[in-house]
Amino acid sequence: MSSATSTVAAATLRPRATTAADSARVRWGRRFQHGGWFVAPFFVLYGLFVLLPVVRGLYLSLTDANISGDHTNFVGLDNYREAFKDDLVWNSLWHSVQFTLYVVPCIVVVALLMALIAHHTVHFKWLWRLCFFAPFLLPSAVIGNLWWWLFQPTNGMVNHVLGLTTPWLTQKSTALLAVVVATLWWTVGFSFLLFLAALQNIPQHLYEAAELDGANAFQRMLHITVPNLRNITGLVIALQILASLQVFDQAVVMYQFGPGPEESTRTFVQYTLEQGFTSYRVGYASAISFVLFLIIAAVALGRMWLLRSREEGISR
Amino acid sequence: MTTPSPTLRKPRSTWTPAQIALTVVALALSVIWMAPLAWALSTSLKTPAESVASPHWIPKDFTLDSWRKVFEAGNIPNWFVNSLVVSVCVTFIVLLVASLAGYGFARTEFRGKSVLMAVTMAGLMFSPAILGVPLFTTVQSLGMVDTYWGMILPQCAPAAMVYILYKFFQSLPRELEEAAFIDGAGRWRIFFTLVLPLSKPSLSAVGIFTFIASWNNFLWPYMVTNNPDLMTMPNGIATVQNAFGIVWPQLMAGGLIAGLPLIVVFVFFQSQIVRGVAHTGLAGQ
Repeated sequence: MSSATSTVAAATLRPRATTAADSARVRWGRRFQHGGWFVAPFFVLYGLFVLLPVVRGLYLSLTDANISGDHTNFVGLDNYREAFKDDLVWNSLWHSVQFTLYVVPCIVVVALLMALIAHHTVHFKWLWRLCFFAPFLLPSAVIGNLWWWLFQPTNGMVNHVLGLTTPWLTQKSTALLAVVVATLWWTVGFSFLLFLAALQNIPQHLYEAAELDGANAFQRMLHITVPNLRNITGLVIALQILASLQVFDQAVVMYQFGPGPEESTRTFVQYTLEQGFTSYRVGYASAISFVLFLIIAAVALGRMWLLRSREEGISR
Repeated sequence: MTTPSPTLRKPRSTWTPAQIALTVVALALSVIWMAPLAWALSTSLKTPAESVASPHWIPKDFTLDSWRKVFEAGNIPNWFVNSLVVSVCVTFIVLLVASLAGYGFARTEFRGKSVLMAVTMAGLMFSPAILGVPLFTTVQSLGMVDTYWGMILPQCAPAAMVYILYKFFQSLPRELEEAAFIDGAGRWRIFFTLVLPLSKPSLSAVGIFTFIASWNNFLWPYMVTNNPDLMTMPNGIATVQNAFGIVWPQLMAGGLIAGLPLIVVFVFFQSQIVRGVAHTGLAGQ
């Protein structure tokens, strides 16, 4: 290294610096005062396509704007008042919540099971990974069409394999369930991958030590695997809740953009977009969008609060 | 294949009774998970009349007619190119912009950094599903409806990817950059020639997930395009359903055409993807 020359250079630049590394650290810190340039390109896009729409949406939600933007009047909180009384808001919100309540536990359990199997088998690991993850790679429109076909009452695969004649898609009691099954099959691969990566990150020496101490497979699972998966499980649950509350694609494709039998599958996002793009009520649509945002923000902040209190609990 | 698991490999034979049982369970689950795709493939190889007859797995009149018809009748090659252009652009822009921002937040100082960081983190809660309507009016006022830019740019500001890369850059040892700095490298040079090459696993995970998300994005292209020539695969496929009436073999062939490219990519890159997820810190401590 050219330690001699840089010490000389450093000494002339900053007399009080003792070593080359010290002075470099000082200059390093200084040079990076202008780090804003690194963040700037992102913030141009972020400002235009996230922050601006948020502000715009807040403003629109207080107006009676239509899609073309002319004759816009300020109406205050009227949209929010109307949303409160709108049965279809509550109805579609309930469908999204119901969907979330069904889907999230299923995905967590199945994904964890798949990850444990794929991690602990010695042979054909690549095959399990491929089979469990592949559906996640299909577009939602394909998922909608595919499961629409699978759930056909007389010539669909589901009834054929199960030996049933259930009209899954046309009766109210099973319509949302069909979307849940399709979603589980489609999206479980992502959570599976997260669990699998977390399993691989558990240090092997923990298991070796436990084995030397005479712990059997079940005890190793209970005392090493389970505690080490706690964080990732929390993350998977949070991500799934947030994604499920925003369900839209697969449901609308399965029911051809309609509300399903007896309006049983219209989700909250679908209702928002119907108001915005079919009824052209942009102001009202923005207002109900913010209702969903508040719910999602509550979930996200709740999770942050949970994490923080747990961390404090550990450190004390 | 990717995980070094020396303790499991040591015993004489790996086919212990426990392993055989596990493999059987894994195989059963894989068969269940692949069955819908197999059914789609089998349907696409049947004649339309056979597809609605009583269900059976092996086509009696094996035919590639539906695949050919889908290619000839629909705009599929066109949609395919659109999807490719949009996804490649989105992936490239996201990788560049998010890695710069992640590095900026992790390793540099500037006025207002903590505020911008907080604003970015707040963005984790906004999704196109919530912002749909105001985002559309914004893009409309920028004159980008029915353009490639209108499809691409709104997908290019994912706060989540910035956060993932930020976490990763924080975990890189600072000494490397300091050494390069002592040797006279500027900050941009350090970023492009030292930091980025070290971040390959994380960048490839972010890139692959961005590409998957963009290729499969349904809602946004659906909202922003009316012109069938500009549609991407997922949107096109959703309209094929109406265009063909319900010709099941063609519907399934179209779906498989839309889904296969990513599955093929995954077959080749799967170990990188798993490693990438493990490296990004997404999977947690």
